[in-house]
Amino acid sequence: MTDQFKGIEPMVYESMINIPYSWWAGDTASRFFISLRDEKKIIATRCMTCGKTYLPPRKSCPACFTGDTEWVDVSDEGTLLSFTVARRQFASIPRELKAPVIWGLVKLDGADTALLHYLGDVKPEDVSIGMRVKAVFAEERKGTIRDISHFRPVR
Amino acid sequence: MDRAAIVGVGTVKIEKRKVRETFADMAWQAVNGALEDAGMTIDDIDNVVTTSSDFWDGRTISCMAVGDASGAAHKNVSCVEGDGTYGAFYGMARCLSGSYKTTLVTGHSKGSESVSSLITNCAFDPIYERMLGMDMITACAMQANAYLHRTKTTREQTAMVSVKNHGNALKNPHAQLPMDITVKDVLDSEMIADPLRKLDCSPVSDGCAAVVIAHESVAKKFRKKPVWIRGVSLCADSFFFGDRDLSRARSLTEAAKKAFAMAGIKDPRTEIDVAEIHDAFTYQELMWLEEMGLADESSAGRHLEKGEYNIDGRLPVNPSGGLLSGHPVIAAGLYSMAAVVRQIRGEAGGFQVKKARTGLVHGVNGLGGQSHCVWLLGDR
Amino acid sequence: MGKRVAIVGTGQTFHKSHRPDVNGQELINEAVVRALQDADLKMKDIDAVVIGNMDHFEGINYVDCWSVDGSGGTMKPIIKLTTGGTTGCTVAIGGYHLVASGMFDKVLIIGWEKNSESDTTGAITTAFDPIWDRLVFAGAISGLAAEAQAYMARYGATDRDGARVSVRDRRHAMNNPHAQLRKEVALEEVLASPMLADPIHLLDVCPRTDGACAVIMASGELAEKIAPKPDWIWATAARHSYTYLGDADYGRLTSMREGAQEIWKKTGIKEPRKELDVIELYQPYSFGGLIWIEDMGIVGPGEAPQYIWDGNTDMGGELPINPSGGVISCNPIGATGLIRCAEAAMQVMGKAEGRQVPDVNFAFSTGFGGCWWTDMILHGRKKPK
Repeated sequence: MTDQFKGIEPMVYESMINIPYSWWAGDTASRFFISLRDEKKIIATRCMTCGKTYLPPRKSCPACFTGDTEWVDVSDEGTLLSFTVARRQFASIPRELKAPVIWGLVKLDGADTALLHYLGDVKPEDVSIGMRVKAVFAEERKGTIRDISHFRPVR
Repeated sequence: MDRAAIVGVGTVKIEKRKVRETFADMAWQAVNGALEDAGMTIDDIDNVVTTSSDFWDGRTISCMAVGDASGAAHKNVSCVEGDGTYGAFYGMARCLSGSYKTTLVTGHSKGSESVSSLITNCAFDPIYERMLGMDMITACAMQANAYLHRTKTTREQTAMVSVKNHGNALKNPHAQLPMDITVKDVLDSEMIADPLRKLDCSPVSDGCAAVVIAHESVAKKFRKKPVWIRGVSLCADSFFFGDRDLSRARSLTEAAKKAFAMAGIKDPRTEIDVAEIHDAFTYQELMWLEEMGLADESSAGRHLEKGEYNIDGRLPVNPSGGLLSGHPVIAAGLYSMAAVVRQIRGEAGGFQVKKARTGLVHGVNGLGGQSHCVWLLGDR
Repeated sequence: MGKRVAIVGTGQTFHKSHRPDVNGQELINEAVVRALQDADLKMKDIDAVVIGNMDHFEGINYVDCWSVDGSGGTMKPIIKLTTGGTTGCTVAIGGYHLVASGMFDKVLIIGWEKNSESDTTGAITTAFDPIWDRLVFAGAISGLAAEAQAYMARYGATDRDGARVSVRDRRHAMNNPHAQLRKEVALEEVLASPMLADPIHLLDVCPRTDGACAVIMASGELAEKIAPKPDWIWATAARHSYTYLGDADYGRLTSMREGAQEIWKKTGIKEPRKELDVIELYQPYSFGGLIWIEDMGIVGPGEAPQYIWDGNTDMGGELPINPSGGVISCNPIGATGLIRCAEAAMQVMGKAEGRQVPDVNFAFSTGFGGCWWTDMILHGRKKPK
């Protein structure tokens, strides 16, 4: 740095990008959320070509790249593939939740892919990969992924 | 296909907070460093590729901030969003396409200017995932659990990655976090997101790096002996974690296989002399080594324990200190590339490895290593 | 020496102001599937994917990674390029270099945007320097208005000249089923529409659009096998000089002049007005249709209004511009430049249907954005030597 900048106090310019977003869920996700909200049912799409059942549901099969899919019901019970526990209150964590927050990757019976969600009704130290879990639905359901409140261990 | 070489590299010191330099100031320093290294002036550059991220920079069209400072004014120019290795990949393609002879590639970011948890939360699907509140650290922690569970790699072994890389950084004047630490220090550090502790995670960093890539017809005209691009490939896995085997990186296996084939490397375990690998978190160094085929399945931890990945080991990995010792996102891959170029030239100073003729550079895009870019550089 | 590169297939969505029936990946997929159908290829035939958009319009970080279910990029090389408004043309140029390099034979190029998902003006404002430009400048219109004012002052053009361009593009859009706005307007209607920023009226500017476009490029002989009449890429150029809004020469588009001159020189084009057969100009507002074709070298400074009034750029004229209806009829920003490229390719390939210009030998497509930046591509029917 040349001398001309010596002794200049560096200033900080505070700002924020604050843009509201409205993401269109689309017909496929809408059907999934309506089923979750109105019937407490978890549904998935199955590719008619390769037979793979996708959760979250897909309008077209990413493997076969065809639009031939059908809706199938999957179980609200499944197996935990992996998990983590946030010990810090990360900025990304919704305000109403307090660390420790546990997230799990849950493969529901009947689906070939797994869903990211919360684990609850369990202490962090009691969570283990391979454990069986079951969906707990939110009392008040608004048509979002949090209409499932969390997954709890099957006892 | 024609060949290309790296003829100049420039890096600025990685720091926690660069309060005095704007993006353009950092780019100016890195670019002039690379030009000086190559013995070039900006007039010797016929096109420019900047690498940046609108999210990390808090700016739509983030490349606007650095184009002029990178010498792109009145030249052909483009911008890649993603890790610097992807920017370099496009920069190389522009040299091989017959259109240009010398591409200047830059990559910059300042983690200090934003909140990385919010930035990386935005990489999750807005409809099915984002409101759950995960970010890069928690995503990678989930992957770490899956990897440790499958391979039986121990926490002590992952901690040793941190000990090794921070120790290597003691010899790298551009590293942010040179540290002399023990496995116990890592295992006693704060638990951030199980199983990742504070010393398992790379820091928030500011930095900028630049490389000059030249077509073979001009590569020998500049100051330094060219470092040849022998092989390069990239590949992306599925997006949703639940679509992948999170404990594996099949896209890395594929990218590495293609890069080795392009480089004519038959036995990567014996033919590679040094590797700079994306180690944003400790487990990743071991996982990526296995998935690239540089170690047997579930064995990288044991090789590490034997010292094989030390600077004086069989395959030195991250002798620069890696990302654990300074992680300016986006620029990261270009720092790794610059480190390997310096190794092959014998200019790595305190972290120089012996007989570095062939080196591997690795960059990552997306959550939990969804997309990988693998380079093989060599002295011939 | 690089390989020869041609466009062998294109696909577009039917662009709309809102597409609530699909999410982003699904929108992308519609364009990709159509491009594959057009080229009679399968996703497995594609060697690499180039994608682009503007992050803050949808608020999705690492779009290249997120979009693979729609783009077909799973287990393929995928790279994201983004340069603002120029993005669509930037990704096409990217695809060109990837194929020409010899590394890939068939590359899929995607541009997309769901502008309905955010506040477009709010997002564009963040494009400018946070310390110097952002607080004093809102969105894209004010800069464009300053350019139009400077041009009018320098050459004596009027708002009627701008309106004439808008009338042309909106009439052309009637022939394009993919265009969002398909309604003819009279000159007086343009001039009577609300004033946004003097001299720009509402009907002088582009709408906000959800849409995606995909283009497939292939190398040399392979391209000739895939497509009976491939669209050969003759040359590309891009200029992104300038960091601050005040850096530009208002009233002239320096980036267009420098890039176009480079292309004419490289390809031996002496009289672009005579040698080009059609132009797809990234022209987000009508006055750009005057100023920028002068910088391209079609006519001299200040001559565009008369040239356009004489009908030369209308369908059936000497050099039709924007047979698709252009950006004024449709602007899914990250896709817009690639739509120009696809439309130019369709003209060369003879696939432009109701908007086909007869016997196209050379077509020119452009992208505009950033801080007075321009990207451009020269397309040709003959394989370049």
